[in-house]
Amino acid sequence: MEFREHKLANGLTIIAECNPDVHSAALGFFVQAGARDEWDEVSGVSHFLEHMAFKGSPTRTSEDLNREFDEIGANYNAFTSEEHTVYYGSVLPEYQSRATLLLGDLLRPALRNEDFDTEKLVIVEEIRMYEDQPPFGADDKVKAAFFGKHPLGRSVLGTIASIQNLPVGAMRDYFERRYSPTNITLAAAGRIDFDALVRDADQIAGAWRPVPSERRLSPAEGHTGRHCLHKASATMEYVLQLGVGPSATDERRFAAKVLSTVLGDDSGSRLYWEMVDNGLAEQVSLHHYEYQGAGLFMTYMTSEPDLAQENLERVAKIFADAEAKGITTEELAQAKSKINSRVVLGSERPRGRLFTVGSNWMHRNVYRSVDDDLRALDAVTLDDVREVLHAFPLSRVAVMAIGPLEEFNA
Amino acid sequence: MKEPIVSHIFENGLALLAEPLDSLASAAFSVLLPAGAAGDPADRSGLASFVCEMTVRGCGSRDSRQLVRDLENLGVERGEGVSASHASYSGATLAKNLIPALEIYADILQRPHFPEQELEPVRQVLLQELRAIDDEPSQKAMLELRRHVYGEPWGRPSCGDADHLEAVTQEDVRSWFDTRYRPNGTIIGVAGRVDWPRLKDAVGRLFGQWQPAKYPAPASDRPLARLRHIDQESNQTQVAIGYESVPYRHPDYFQASGAVGVLSGGMSARLFSEVREKRGLCYSVYASYHTLKDRGSVLCYAGASADRAQETLDVTLGELTRLAEGIRPEELARLKARVKSNLIMQQESSSARSSAIARDWHHLGRARTRDEMSSLVDALSCESINHYLAEHPPRDFTIVTLGPQALETPVGIS
Repeated sequence: MEFREHKLANGLTIIAECNPDVHSAALGFFVQAGARDEWDEVSGVSHFLEHMAFKGSPTRTSEDLNREFDEIGANYNAFTSEEHTVYYGSVLPEYQSRATLLLGDLLRPALRNEDFDTEKLVIVEEIRMYEDQPPFGADDKVKAAFFGKHPLGRSVLGTIASIQNLPVGAMRDYFERRYSPTNITLAAAGRIDFDALVRDADQIAGAWRPVPSERRLSPAEGHTGRHCLHKASATMEYVLQLGVGPSATDERRFAAKVLSTVLGDDSGSRLYWEMVDNGLAEQVSLHHYEYQGAGLFMTYMTSEPDLAQENLERVAKIFADAEAKGITTEELAQAKSKINSRVVLGSERPRGRLFTVGSNWMHRNVYRSVDDDLRALDAVTLDDVREVLHAFPLSRVAVMAIGPLEEFNA
Repeated sequence: MKEPIVSHIFENGLALLAEPLDSLASAAFSVLLPAGAAGDPADRSGLASFVCEMTVRGCGSRDSRQLVRDLENLGVERGEGVSASHASYSGATLAKNLIPALEIYADILQRPHFPEQELEPVRQVLLQELRAIDDEPSQKAMLELRRHVYGEPWGRPSCGDADHLEAVTQEDVRSWFDTRYRPNGTIIGVAGRVDWPRLKDAVGRLFGQWQPAKYPAPASDRPLARLRHIDQESNQTQVAIGYESVPYRHPDYFQASGAVGVLSGGMSARLFSEVREKRGLCYSVYASYHTLKDRGSVLCYAGASADRAQETLDVTLGELTRLAEGIRPEELARLKARVKSNLIMQQESSSARSSAIARDWHHLGRARTRDEMSSLVDALSCESINHYLAEHPPRDFTIVTLGPQALETPVGIS
C-alpha cells in the first residue's frame, strides 16, 4: 500500500492509494461544487450540471460516453452533495487509462441547449420521485430550518421552479467558476499505475484554465425549533432532528462516531433497544455528518403517527440521560469493535477506499490510511465522548415532523 | 492446485461450501434455509418472517441482548431476510471471528428460545414494517408485480398480511420452526480468508447433530390477474411490467439474462437510453432478471409523472417487444465486458461471493466457479441470444400501475 500525490501546473491535484493486491481500480474526480456554492436563482445547478456532464462533451455525444464506459465494463456514476460533485468509476486495471480519459471528458461538458431542455425533464422527475417517498422532502426542510441563511441549508436538488426557471447561461457561468482545476482533485484507489494516471490526467486536464474561485466558510449556528408538516396521504410519521456536531476538521469527530453508534446505530444501540426492538418505532437512528466548518447530528425516526410523539419523548430522554451520565466502558468497547469491523470490510473494495481517501483530501487536505483511522478510533476514551456530549448537546435541536399528524407538541 | 470452491455434504443433508479468497482480511457466510414465505400457511401469511425475527431474540445460553452484544463484539455485520423460497442469515466479519460467529448461529438456527414476552414486540415490528411499505411507492409496485407474475404461493411477499400477523401464536412459531428449520436442504456458503479443514470440522461439530426431517409439500399454484391498478395519491405513477423467462438452471439462462442485460444495465442499455436519455420521461427505469428454482421472470420498473406515465408505459412496452427482433454484436460486446468485469470485482467482496455460491448450490446442486462463469459468458453469441429471443419473445405482460389514475394497456396482452 503506497500513497502518491502530484499536482499539475494548473493546480489540479492527483492522489492515489496504490494497492497491488486487489483486482480493480477505482477513480474519481472530486469537484468543490455543491449546494453550498449556490444562491437562490441557481438553486440545484450543481446537481443539474452533474447530469449535464453525461450529456456529452465537444467531442463526444451522450451516446458515445455511455457506450464507451460500457465497452470497458465500468461501474460508473456521479453524485452531488452540499459540498462536492463526484464523478467516479471502477474498472479492471487494464482499463485505467481509458476510464481516466472518459471521466475527465465528463468534466468538460458541451452544455448543449437541447440536452439542457431534455435533462430538465429528468431532474423534475427526480424531484417528484423524492417528493413521493419518505421523508417527502422533509430532509431538505429541516436542514433549511436548522441552518437558516447559512449555505449548508441549501437544497441539493433545488425546487421544480428553480430548475424550470434556470437559464442555460447561468449554468455555463457557474461551471466556468466552479470547475476550475484548482477546485478539482483526481483521486484513485486500488490497483493503480500512478505514473500513467498522472500522464493521462495531464493529457485530458492539463490545458484546463484555472480561474479564481473560492468558497466562503462562514460559521454555522444551529437554529432550534419545532415544525410539523401535514401530509394526509402518508401512512407513517417521519421525524427528523438536527443538532450541531463536530466538523470535518474537528478531532472530536471520532468520538462523535462512537457516540452515535452507541446511542443510535441501526442495531444494538440505546435507541434500538428502547424503541425498535419492541416495535414502538419502525426505525430510529442517530448519525453524525461532517462538513467543512460545520457538523451535524441527525436523528431519524419513523413510526405509526399515534406513537410518534411519545417516541420523540423517549429519544429526548435517552439523549438527556447520555448527557448526564455519558456512556459505559462496555458500550465504548462494543462500538469500537463494530466500527472497526465496518471500516475493514468497507475498505476491501477499492471503490470503498476511493470515497474515504477522496473525502479526506477534500475535507482535510491529508491522506489517512485505514490504520490511521483505526488508531484514531481506538484512542477514543469515555472522556472524549463526554466532551462531545458537553460541547454538542443533543437536546438542542431543530425538529421536523411530516406525516398524517396535523400538530406535534413536545 | 488449490480447488477454487470446496464443498461437503454432512450426513444430515446440510451442504457446506466455501470459496477461499486469500487477498481479503474478512470472511462472510450466507445460510439459506428452505423456510421461505411460499410455505406460509394460507391463514398465516408472514409467518416465515415472524419466525426468522423470533430466532434472533435469544438462543442457546444467550438472551436477546446478550446475543446482539456478542455478535457486535465479534464485529459481525449481519442481516436476516425471507424470500419466497428461503429464510436467509448472512454475516461478514474479520476472518479470525468467523468460527466464533458460526458458533452463535448454530444456536440461532437450532436452539432459539422463542420467549413468550418477545411475541408481541416481534408482531409490532412486522406490522410497522408492513405499514411502512405503503409509503414506498416503487417498492410497493414491485412487490405487487412479483405477486401477480408468479401468483400464489411463489409470488407472496414475505412481509405478510396484517390480519394474519395479528393472529400468529407461540404454537404457530414453534411448529413452523420445528418443520422448516432443518439441515436437509440447508446451505451454508462461506467466502473470504478461510481455512477449509478447520471450517469443515467446526461446522460438523456445530451442526452435525441437527436432525433432518421431511418438509411439507408446497401449496399448489394459483395464478393472479395480469393487470392491476392501485389508486394512490402521488406525483408519479409507478409502472411495473413483468414477463416470463427461464429459470437459472435452464440451459438457456445465459441467453435469457444476456437479453435482459441489453435492455438494462449500463447507461448505454436500451431502456435507459430510449426512456430516459432520449425522451426524458423518467429518472429511474430498469429491467432485472429474477429466478425461482423452476421458473424465472423479467421484472421492469419505471416511475414517471402521472401525465407522462402513459407514454412511459408505451415506450417501455415498445422496447420490450422490439427485443424479439434481436440484439446487435456491439450490444453483446458491452454486455460481456460488464458481466466479466463484475465477476472479477466480486472477488473483492466476501459477502458477494458467499451469497453467490450459496444461491448457485440451491439452483444447480453445485457452485459455478468464476472461471466457469467467465467461459459461459465468453461462449454467448448474438446468434444464440437471438435464437432464444425468437423462441421466447417478451409477451403476455403482467402490468401493475400505482398512481392517481389507471393507464391504458394495449389490447391483446391480458
